Amino acid sequence: MNPSTASDKASPRVVLRAENVWKSYDDGAIEVLKGVSFEAAAGQTVALCGPSGCGKSTLLHLFGGLDEPDRGHVSVNGVEINRHRNLLKLLRHEIGFVFQLHNLIPDLTLEENCLIPTVAAGLDRRAAQERLRQLAERTGLSHRLNHRIQKLSGGERQRTALCRALMNKPMILLADEPTGSLDEQTSAAVFALLLDIATTEGVTLLMATHDRGLAARCDRLLEMHDGRIHEPAAN
Amino acid sequence: MLRTGRGRTIVIFLKLIVTNLRRHRIRSIISVAGIAFSVAAMLTVVTILQGAIGMFSGILSSDSEIVVFERNVSDLFFSNVPAAAIQEIAGWPMVAHADPVLFGIVSSADHPIVTCFGLTAADARIRKATWLAGDRQQFARHDDDVVLGERAAEFLSAAYGSHVQIGHATFHVVGILKTANGFEDGGVFMPLASAQSFFHKEGISSVITIKLRDKNDAAAFKSAVKAKYASLIALEDEEFNRSYSQFKILKATAWAVAGCGLAMGGLGVANTMIMSVFTRVREIAILRVNGFSNMQIAAIVFGEAAVVSLLGAALGLLTGTGLLFALKLVPALHGYIDVSIQPEIMLVVLLLALLTGIAGALYPAIYAMRVRAVEALRFE
Repeated sequence: MNPSTASDKASPRVVLRAENVWKSYDDGAIEVLKGVSFEAAAGQTVALCGPSGCGKSTLLHLFGGLDEPDRGHVSVNGVEINRHRNLLKLLRHEIGFVFQLHNLIPDLTLEENCLIPTVAAGLDRRAAQERLRQLAERTGLSHRLNHRIQKLSGGERQRTALCRALMNKPMILLADEPTGSLDEQTSAAVFALLLDIATTEGVTLLMATHDRGLAARCDRLLEMHDGRIHEPAAN
Repeated sequence: MLRTGRGRTIVIFLKLIVTNLRRHRIRSIISVAGIAFSVAAMLTVVTILQGAIGMFSGILSSDSEIVVFERNVSDLFFSNVPAAAIQEIAGWPMVAHADPVLFGIVSSADHPIVTCFGLTAADARIRKATWLAGDRQQFARHDDDVVLGERAAEFLSAAYGSHVQIGHATFHVVGILKTANGFEDGGVFMPLASAQSFFHKEGISSVITIKLRDKNDAAAFKSAVKAKYASLIALEDEEFNRSYSQFKILKATAWAVAGCGLAMGGLGVANTMIMSVFTRVREIAILRVNGFSNMQIAAIVFGEAAVVSLLGAALGLLTGTGLLFALKLVPALHGYIDVSIQPEIMLVVLLLALLTGIAGALYPAIYAMRVRAVEALRFE
């Protein structure tokens, strides 16, 4: 296995890098990541497959700066993540998150939920509105902008979460089982949209999933077992 | 359609602030009510005591601008100004008139405290009052003559021309007068000499109220008193209100009681905010994942506390004002309550309520800032 050489694109710029990353919980009683090393190039779509508890979400959280490794280094776009120094910049401009549950705020409208990252980043209002207009059009949510989250279907909620994640034009999208709570048909539609937007916007996608059918449509498919990454030779 | 209002960002922030208040309406209402009751209590207590102070100082400043009394006394009832000083000061060229007043407290059959004023017939309190019965020509004709304030006549059940028992003596009511001042309205006015005899203070008055021919002579007058009488002090009304120890104690008591009430309200806000943060940990985690800084998250918590405090303060000011008006209508309190709420008191009360709310949100805000998104979002 040699994850760092997986991309077949010409001289790709590495935007996600994990070097010998270890992570455990409960004072070391539960070892989740055991020396994970991994790289992803700009614009790649990468699927992480593996059984529950194998460390997929943990790896995504480390790349998103939501957690810290016990050992090893995690860097985004060549900069090691530091909770005190560059985490806000990372979360506001470089990373977008999509979770299994939409994690939208129910009292706000679709539009307001999507504008949250732009409020956090202090993005220009006109630019934010224009960006939302484009994304809403693309995800088929234009007619739902002023609707509250409770009024939306599961697929619409997840598409809203996707819009929100992309509002600040991040270079990396971390998706943790983004279609895990949807039925098969909706799941396929949302994933197609996710893949399409990621590809056309040049976003690097790192997605944790149980669905091997969806995972196979990504540029790379990585297997996680026992706290380590295994990249099938076919990649 | 997208709205393009300039305040969209502010609207989202405000919605994040009020969203939890709307979700837990009963808890929010209780919290607002806590602050409202505190503010109403604060406003009522402070205004009543300020009114009482104003009325008492009004007794002293009736048609005068300077009060002379014994230096270092804790209470004017213990002040002794000798007759010789009164006569001499009254004769100073800069003095238009000098009115000696003797204050005394006595009990009657049903009332443990009746305030007595020993006055001369020329005193402004007698001259300027509205006489409901009798007239000021009758004042001080005989040693046992008294004039009653309207409310005193009421609670002593005394009528014009009747006799009334005050302390161990019986007096003849030769007039009933009405003043806007609650203390005076509930007081007994005696000729100065009678009061001195009654209170065993012959030749003594408690204070002299001074009207100067020219107000600009105030400094010269005070210097003259200081030079001539080591045991006396002359203060302009404003100075007296600031420095009189009884007023200071009353003011301190009022603000202390009010502060305790507000602290209780603050604890209510703290409790609400802690519960609010606990119930929206996941939401805070979502905001954090979407780039909200510690300060932005704290701003939401403080904003929520500020909304509770300001709503409570506004409601409390309305309730307090209503309560003061209602108390003013109670006959027994007539003249004692001044409902003219000073703007600076309202401002102080508002600021204190806001500060209390902010203080109550301190720990919840710190807790919110420490929420770890990874833990809050782990269990979906």
